[in-house]
Amino acid sequence: MKILVCVKQVPGSNNVEVDPVTGVLKRNGIQSKINPYDLYSIETALSLVETYGGSVESITMGPSQAGAVIKETVCMGATHGTVLSDRKFAGADVLATAYTLSQGIQKCGTYDLILCGKQTTDGDTAQVGAEVAEYLGIPNVSNVLSVDDVRDGRVFVTAGLDDKNVKLSVAMPCLLSVDSDINTPRLPSYRIKKSLGEDAVRFLSFADFDDQDATHYGLTGSATQVERIFPPEKNDQKHTISGDPAHQAEELFGLLRGKKLI
Amino acid sequence: MGKLVIQHQLVTPEKAEALIKLCPFNAISYQGDKLDISSACKMCKMCVRKGEGLVTFEEEVAPTVDKSQWTGVCVYADCSGGKLHRVTYELCGKAQELAKVTGHPVYALLIGYGVEACAKDLLRYGVDKVFVYDQEELAEFRIEPYTAAFCDFIEKYKPSSILVGATNLGRQLAPRVAARCRTGLTADCTVLEMKENTDLVQIRPAFGGNIMAQIVTPNTRPQFCTARYKVFSEPTPTDAPTGEIVPMTLAKDALASAIEVLESYAKPKDVDIAEADVIVAVGRGASGEAMRQTAKELADLLGGVVACTRPLVEGNIFDAKHQIGLSGRTVKPKLILCLGISGAVQFAAGMKSSDCIVAINTDPAAPIFDVAHYCIVGDVNEIVPMLMKKIKENGNV
Repeated sequence: MKILVCVKQVPGSNNVEVDPVTGVLKRNGIQSKINPYDLYSIETALSLVETYGGSVESITMGPSQAGAVIKETVCMGATHGTVLSDRKFAGADVLATAYTLSQGIQKCGTYDLILCGKQTTDGDTAQVGAEVAEYLGIPNVSNVLSVDDVRDGRVFVTAGLDDKNVKLSVAMPCLLSVDSDINTPRLPSYRIKKSLGEDAVRFLSFADFDDQDATHYGLTGSATQVERIFPPEKNDQKHTISGDPAHQAEELFGLLRGKKLI
Repeated sequence: MGKLVIQHQLVTPEKAEALIKLCPFNAISYQGDKLDISSACKMCKMCVRKGEGLVTFEEEVAPTVDKSQWTGVCVYADCSGGKLHRVTYELCGKAQELAKVTGHPVYALLIGYGVEACAKDLLRYGVDKVFVYDQEELAEFRIEPYTAAFCDFIEKYKPSSILVGATNLGRQLAPRVAARCRTGLTADCTVLEMKENTDLVQIRPAFGGNIMAQIVTPNTRPQFCTARYKVFSEPTPTDAPTGEIVPMTLAKDALASAIEVLESYAKPKDVDIAEADVIVAVGRGASGEAMRQTAKELADLLGGVVACTRPLVEGNIFDAKHQIGLSGRTVKPKLILCLGISGAVQFAAGMKSSDCIVAINTDPAAPIFDVAHYCIVGDVNEIVPMLMKKIKENGNV
C-alpha cells in the first residue's frame, strides 16, 4: 500500500500585528515548523504501513525552505517527499492551492491513500483536503477518528459527524483527513537525520506539471481576493469594577443580577 | 488576477536589503545582484505599497462572470437524522439581511431522506424557496451524492451566494462543491456584508485572530462561505410563512458512492460547552485544584459548565472538549466568567461574541480586559467565593 501525506510548513507563531499607522504587517520571529495537525496524519500513515505493508511519501507546496518539513517526515519514517515550489504558485487561495497539490500528486505515481491533517495552524480553513479530493476525483472523509482495517481494496474508518459517529467502508484510492489527538506521533529519528541523503527531498515546479496553463495557479488561479486587512476591533463598552474584593464581588453580583444573568 | 513585477533597473543592494526587511513572509531574496520573490509570497503587496517602486503590481484582466445571471442568497440546510443543525437558522437570519441589500430571494437547499418537516421548518425562518432533494440514497451523508445534489441545484438555479454552516458535514461538503464550481470559499467568516453589485464581503480572522481579513470573490459565482455555529444570531421564526417548497430529484446515476455507511451511533455523551448559556472559564491563573473545584461549584450554581484555555488542555488538566478558542470550540453564551485567563487572541476569538463577558485577573494589563464587559483586577481565590456567597444568600434565577 502506498500512502501520500500532505503536509505544510507553518510559522512558528501567529504573532503578527498590523501597525495601525502605516498598515504594515509587523512580523515577530520568522521560525517555521511542520503544521502540528499533520503529525497525526503522518503517524496514522506510518502505523498503517507497519501493519499492512507499503510505504509512506509526503508532499507539500511552499518555498524551497519547505524542504525542511519533508525532511522531518522522512526522519519519522517516510521514504521521501516532494516540494512543489514555484513563484507561479505564490498568493494561492484554497482553490489554487488544492489544484497545485492535485497536479503534484499526479506526478507521484499511483497511491492507495492520501492523508491530510485536520487543518493548518496558519490558514486554519480545513478546506484544502476536500478540494484536492475533488480535483483528483476520489472520495474523501473528514474528521477520521480511527482507521480500523484495510482489506479488499477498501479502507474501514470511524469518522465523526456533528451529532453522531459513523463507521464507513471506503473504496481506495481515497483521501482521509484525520482528527487531532487520535494517536501519539512518534519523534523524528536522530539516526535517520544523520544519514539523510540528497534524494530525501524532490523539488517539482510548474514546468513539471501536466497542466501548463499558468492562470490555474497562484494568485491568478485564485477565486478569492483579500481586499484589506485590519486589526481586530477593541471593545468599547467595558466597565471596570474596583475597590476591595468584597466590594468587587458585591458590585459584580449587582450588575449581573440587574441584567437577569443570575 | 495579477502578478508582481520586479523593476530590476531600479534595484540597488541597499534598496534590496530594505525590501527584504519589509516583506512579512521572508519571500524576497537578493542573490548575485538579482532580486527574486519566492513562493513564500502571500501577495500582501506590502512591497508594492512601501517598496519605493521596486516592485509593481500588474493587473491581469480576469475572465468576468455575468453577475446578473446569478441571483439569490442560499443557505445550505445542515440536516442529519431528520434534524436541522441550529447553525442553519442563524444563517437564514443572516441570509435575509444580505438579500435585502440586493433585493434577492432567500433560498435554502435541503438534502436528505424523509426531511419534509425540516423543509416546513425552514419556511418559518424567512426562506422564500426551499429546494429539497428527498431520496433514500441521501439518508446518510456521503460526499459524492451530496456534492452531486448540491451542484445540480447550483446549475439549475444559479444562486449568487451560498452560506454553509462550519459543521463537520459542512466543512467537507462546501470545499468539494466549491472546487467543482471552480469558485472561492472563505472559511469561518465572522462578519458578512453584501455589496450592491452582489459581491459578498467575507470577513474572517487570520493569523490566529491577530488580523482580520476582508475577502471577496469578485470574478466567479457562486460565492461560498462557511460560518461557525453561534457566530450569528438566530432570528425569531414566523407563524405565517410565505415561502414555498420546491421538490428536486437527482438522477439515479449521480447517487452512486464509493463510501458505504456500515453503522452510525450516537457520540459518547459529553458536556457540550458550545450549547451552554453560562460558562465559567478557567485559565492558568485559576488552574489549582481548589480553584477548579470552586469554579465547578460556581458553574453548578449558575446552571452552567466549566471550560478552559489551551494550556490547561496541554497540561492534561482538562479534556480537549472543554477548550475554548481557535483550536477548541467557539462559544457564545449569555454569560461567561473568565477566571485567571490572560486572554490570548486565540482564546478571545473563540468567545468574544458572548453576550456578557466578566474577567477576573490579577494582571491589569491582561488582554482579556480588552474583550471583557466587566473587568475586575483582583484575585479569583478571594472574589469568587464571595460572589458565590452572595448568590447563595439571594437565591438564583
